[in-house]
Amino acid sequence: MNALNWTETLRQQLEEAGIVVDQQESAYTPHALVWQVAAEVWQQLAELSMLQGLRWSAGWAEQTGEQFTVHALLEKQGVYLLIRTSIGYKKPELPSQASVYPAANRSERHTHDMFGIKFIGHPDKRPWTRHKAWDKHTHPLRKDFPVQGSPEIITPPDMDYPFIRSHGAGTYEIPVGPVHAGIIEPGHFRFQAVGELILNLEERLGYVHKGIEKIAEGRTPQSLARLAGRVSGDTTVSHSWAACMAMEQAAGLSIPGRAALIRGILAERERVANHLGDIGAICNDVAFVFAQMQFSRLRENWLRTHATVFGHRLLMDCVIPGGVKSDVSDSDCRLIKQDIIPLRKELTDIITALDLNSSLEDRVYTAGFLPEDIAAAFGTVGYVGRASGQDFDVRRDLAYPPYDQVKFKVALENQGDIASRFWIRYKEIIAALKLIEQFIDLLTPGEILEEWHVPVAGSEGLGIVEGWRGEIIAFVRFDGDNKISRFYPRDPSILNWPVLEKLVLNNIVPDFPVCNKSLNGSYSGNDL
Amino acid sequence: MLRLFKKILTTGIVTEPVKAPKDVELEQLGIAIKRHIDRRYSGSIAIRQIDAGSCNGCELEIHALNNPYYDIERFGIHFVASPRHADVLLVTGPVSRHMQTALLRTYEATPDPKWVVAVGDCAACGGEFGVSYASCGAVSNVIPVDAVIAGCPPTPLALVQGLLSLCERH
Ligand code: SF4
Repeated sequence: MNALNWTETLRQQLEEAGIVVDQQESAYTPHALVWQVAAEVWQQLAELSMLQGLRWSAGWAEQTGEQFTVHALLEKQGVYLLIRTSIGYKKPELPSQASVYPAANRSERHTHDMFGIKFIGHPDKRPWTRHKAWDKHTHPLRKDFPVQGSPEIITPPDMDYPFIRSHGAGTYEIPVGPVHAGIIEPGHFRFQAVGELILNLEERLGYVHKGIEKIAEGRTPQSLARLAGRVSGDTTVSHSWAACMAMEQAAGLSIPGRAALIRGILAERERVANHLGDIGAICNDVAFVFAQMQFSRLRENWLRTHATVFGHRLLMDCVIPGGVKSDVSDSDCRLIKQDIIPLRKELTDIITALDLNSSLEDRVYTAGFLPEDIAAAFGTVGYVGRASGQDFDVRRDLAYPPYDQVKFKVALENQGDIASRFWIRYKEIIAALKLIEQFIDLLTPGEILEEWHVPVAGSEGLGIVEGWRGEIIAFVRFDGDNKISRFYPRDPSILNWPVLEKLVLNNIVPDFPVCNKSLNGSYSGNDL
Repeated sequence: MLRLFKKILTTGIVTEPVKAPKDVELEQLGIAIKRHIDRRYSGSIAIRQIDAGSCNGCELEIHALNNPYYDIERFGIHFVASPRHADVLLVTGPVSRHMQTALLRTYEATPDPKWVVAVGDCAACGGEFGVSYASCGAVSNVIPVDAVIAGCPPTPLALVQGLLSLCERH
């Protein structure tokens, strides 16, 4: 069944069910259709979409005057369906999609905390993003909520979050965090265990909520790109790319071919840097320091080339609205290509040594198993999804420039364990190196920046890119005067964090760090 | 196993020398307390890192301190798992309001004498996030700060030099 078929079939089914769909013109076609529906059918629409095998990708809301618009983004075969509905300001409520799509669970709780929109029938009534920094009757993303809020001098800890409790002889709880023992971001994990075995894990995130969506309001495009580049520091290129793509759509602007290729090089370099770091860190979490030292050395070499060519070790602020900040010279290109040759050789050496190491194998094979059906049910994306058979990659399936100019294979595994998530990263590094070479070969002289047009007030854009962790969504709406009125970035971590609670089950508590590292969700990208 | 040893031997030692920071640089780092530290910690410090709300960029560069190029442990600087073992708290990020109490408690749990180093522009002044309903801004708005290492994020070299200046041996 090709893509257009499923939208037609779905539409027919909706008609049969008496659901009226208003298909709206948008800047997103042909990659995304926009359907406006009545609030009452919000859940029913989710049910029919689920039957059609659509994946739930993102959900957010915005306030326009005296009403809220709630959006949900669904996807199948690289075609997106953006459904939206309007609800009144006085008693904002609509049926929840979370009972149909588990992926919508935390997202709807976030929307509830931030806007005070009630999702009727939501299986979990607890707050998610809100701890104690604001009162439960106020909602930071409403337009009448001042950006400074009215915080107490010391924000108290969130002591009364009702975690799931376990009872019975021999079970005990381990609370971990928010401050962890290593150099990592803060979050709380609550384990229920018997002996060493994990019976249940509950995540409590939101500790690094910095009000990104609120402080985005009123920014200029340049300043929004900077902020987007700090949603999750390790994904700075892809987040600013998604935000810029959305703003460029709103402005009706297409970037020069050379700029797209350079963005591609940046994004692939970011992917390689992070995967190198992760592979080392996974090995380190099972006390295999050799790999950690080798991979952190390779990562350092790689970052130094970032600094030489692009002027920043993590590539921050290289992607700007309309294109990229700086060009690459011929000698830069030569350097980038030369760098790849020894990296490939070293990777082969090290990976062969690792592959033959049984003490490493013992720890990573079969541990942290994520079955394909659970990965599918939670809409898991990126390397976590692809290690559990979820064959989806925005670069291939949406083929946004520059990925439309190249042929490449998306790695796929179905073992679903830590080893699988390890190998998929390795394969993605190899594929990314090839992509970088292809992009360099495709470079032709030309501009790297398109002149900015001020978008008309009310125009919107939807950026979708494949970051190193997976699919990133950025929604942008402009006010007049070139100012942002709404920015919502959906980091892949938001979809991937929930499956950590599943894949650790029946593993031993001491294996939690390596399970967690193999997924490596971003706390900052989740908490916003 | 043999391959493993071969790789270790052929890689050799890649650790690079680091120039001791000059007085001017020390001043830039805002450190007037260096001598006290020399005396109290005899040239070795234990660090507890706390992310109080960062975007995780700063953490990536702090991680790099342990890679073979920088090998920060050779200077007697090491990271510890508990604030109770720490001499220095390395704090990143604007302090999110949701982390405020956690940071205060970690600070209290660290035995005296202790020093707080704010790492990154966010920790120094709030950076891109500033002060809002969700963010307290600079670390110094929450706990006393003794030194600042600026940058977004600071490079590992800037971090090494900043930390060295805390425990410089003469
Ligand atoms: S200083 Fe920069 S890298 Fe560090 S937390 Fe702030 S935004 Fe992130």
